[in-house]
Amino acid sequence: MTVGLEHYLTVSALLFGLGLYAVLTRRNAVALLMGVELILNAANLNFVAFARFVDGGVEGHIVAAFVIVLAAAEAAVALAIVLAMFRNFGTVNVDTVNRLKR
Amino acid sequence: MSEHAILLTALAILLLPLLSYAVLFFLGKKLPRQGDWLGTGLLGVAWLLSLRIFARFWAVGDPGLRIEGGVRWLDLGRFTADAGILVDGMTAVMLVVVTTVSFLVHLFSIGYMHGDRRYERFFAFLGFFTFSMLGIVLSNSLLFLYVFWELVGLASYLLIGFFFHKPSAAAANKKAFLTNRVGDFGFFLGILIFFTAYGTFNYFELFAAAHLDPLSGGLLTLAGVGLFMGCVGKSAQAPLHIWLPDAMEGPTPVSALIHAATMVAAGVYMVARLLPLFDPNALLVVAYVGAITAFLGATIAVVKTDIKKSLAYSTISQLGYMVMAMGVGVASAGMFHLWTHAFFKALLFLGSGSVIHAVHTQEMPLMGGLRRKMPITFWTFLIATLAISGVPFFSGFYSKDAILAGALAFGMTKTHYVPFLLALIAAGLTAFYMFRMVFLTFMGKPRDEERHHHAHESPWTMTAPLVTLAVLAVVSSGWRGPSEGWFSRFVAPYDMARIVAQAPGAPHADEVHAVPAAAHDEHALPQEPHGEPAHVEATHEAPAHGEAAHGDAHDAHVRHQAHLTAMVLSILVAGLGILVSWLTYVRGRISAPAVLARLPRVHHVLQNMYFFDEFYAATVYRFTLWFSWLNGAFDRLVIDGIVNGMGYLTRVLSWFAGLADRYVVDGLVNGVGAVIQGAGEGFRRVQTGRVQSYLAYACFSVLLLVFVFRAL
Repeated sequence: MTVGLEHYLTVSALLFGLGLYAVLTRRNAVALLMGVELILNAANLNFVAFARFVDGGVEGHIVAAFVIVLAAAEAAVALAIVLAMFRNFGTVNVDTVNRLKR
Repeated sequence: MSEHAILLTALAILLLPLLSYAVLFFLGKKLPRQGDWLGTGLLGVAWLLSLRIFARFWAVGDPGLRIEGGVRWLDLGRFTADAGILVDGMTAVMLVVVTTVSFLVHLFSIGYMHGDRRYERFFAFLGFFTFSMLGIVLSNSLLFLYVFWELVGLASYLLIGFFFHKPSAAAANKKAFLTNRVGDFGFFLGILIFFTAYGTFNYFELFAAAHLDPLSGGLLTLAGVGLFMGCVGKSAQAPLHIWLPDAMEGPTPVSALIHAATMVAAGVYMVARLLPLFDPNALLVVAYVGAITAFLGATIAVVKTDIKKSLAYSTISQLGYMVMAMGVGVASAGMFHLWTHAFFKALLFLGSGSVIHAVHTQEMPLMGGLRRKMPITFWTFLIATLAISGVPFFSGFYSKDAILAGALAFGMTKTHYVPFLLALIAAGLTAFYMFRMVFLTFMGKPRDEERHHHAHESPWTMTAPLVTLAVLAVVSSGWRGPSEGWFSRFVAPYDMARIVAQAPGAPHADEVHAVPAAAHDEHALPQEPHGEPAHVEATHEAPAHGEAAHGDAHDAHVRHQAHLTAMVLSILVAGLGILVSWLTYVRGRISAPAVLARLPRVHHVLQNMYFFDEFYAATVYRFTLWFSWLNGAFDRLVIDGIVNGMGYLTRVLSWFAGLADRYVVDGLVNGVGAVIQGAGEGFRRVQTGRVQSYLAYACFSVLLLVFVFRAL
């Protein structure tokens, strides 16, 4: 059995679904960020897979590299926000941090 | 004196009293002596100017000569009206009558009204009254005649009600004004008929037009009777005479002015002036109304005990004579009587004023024996009485005699003897009641010692007019009848041929024709006054024929016969009247109460003035009240009903509109609010504030969109 595009896409879809699930259900901000990482990586996998099987160029790889950089930057900023949140509210539970609603 | 100068003089005569009025009205209180000298002086100037015009016409001696001038007053396309002055012999006579009496009344009022609170206002009103009357006399068109006619009515209203704080005076001036309105209504209709028919207001244009192209019979009579109605109102003819006795509420000088020169003379003058516009039927009405008035007035005057009331009915009676003279075709005799009557009646009123001033009562039973206390008043009053009674060599004799002769001739030619008989009886009664007045007032023993004791002769401003008028009461006739004496130089029947010849072919179209109308013809005034009549027209009747302008030789003969008969009869009845009066009130041979007691019905009717007031109260007033009540009921039921109904309807509609507002409009507004609030309530639940749920919505939405677009 050869590994084709559909296998990559299936893995990617699974990754995306897991990531989305984590983002939607986790109340912990750090876990939430981890879900986002999963989604980004699912997208990366898609880029690389399409680049390999459909396009044949290097643009998909380049975008994937950018997305990795972006994910690192995003994680840095988001973790900083989470730290600030923790410092202010004493918790990282996103549901309790709802002062703007009131 | 050229024509232009005569016109300007006439204009000055007209405007001087107006000036007096204006100055006294606005500045009277500030002038020394409250300006009585100013009013009297201006009237004196007007009087002198009138005499000048009078002398001028005397010198010319042509009654047909007329001088006209005017300006275009109103130009409304096809309708034009001129304001013009007409001066002819009749005008000259009237000018002298009006200004003489007015001047003397002014003079008399200085004494009589002395100390009145509204002294200067009185003189102002006298000036206004004189101005209005002069306007009637000088006007050359029906329109301005009517304007001044109404001004006279207004002036009489102001003067009769001069003592307006007395309720009786306030009622009297209202009565005078309203009664005159009834007559003026007919007058206006008559004027409008003539204007509609001929398109001009000018007297002589109308005469010429009416002569060449008479209105169809009925309309002409109607218009004539309409014009005459004005005279009936102003000149106090039956049945509209009721205002005049009540007008005695005014100050006595006003009575003299109204009765002698201004107001009541206006009606007679108007008929005489407009005589060519009356057809024989209208003139018959005029004759009968005049005769009946003469009789009514004389009979009522017999029983009146108030000296002024008695004189008032005497005036009504004498005016009846004048009007009858117009009707029976001796208009110049009527004008002649107007002329002589003006002087002796003014004298009688001023004399009675002098008496009232002395004894402070108007009731003759409270007087008596004033002869020695007030000699000047007595002698002048006696002269006036002789004149009005028709005693030979006094002025009234000649004028009354001419009227009676005319009435008899009218009776003989037209077989209408009633006017003559009524007038003859009235003549006898006049002599009776006038001497009754003299005897009751001046003769015998004083019946009220207190009043008699305080009585005294009046000051010179009051007696001087009396003496002047007494002289005029004797000499004003000139001891000849109107048709053969000096009066024929001034007033004669209109010469229609000449009027038609002078009339312009068509009404003038030029803007201003200040050029006197008479300048166009060959009958212009000679520049040098000399005694001879300047132009004696071939068409003129010889003056001796008098009024027989359209009569024939037979008529002239009848007139001559009638003249003698009438003269003898009038002297007889006057003598009889005086004799009976003497027997009753001096000798006591006839007891007045006994006579009255034997004729209770007659006395009752006379004492109540033939129940004219009661008749009007029962008919006109009651009808007016009923009609007003009807109108009131209509207002209350229908008009108020409609108004209130509209109000009720509006309220009902408003209630419905309120309902609609409350439930539909408010419902919509509130509904929108409620829907939005409900929607907000719903959507609030979606907006949780949790990022994760938003993300979930986003995901599901994207999935949904994917499926939707897949389906497309």
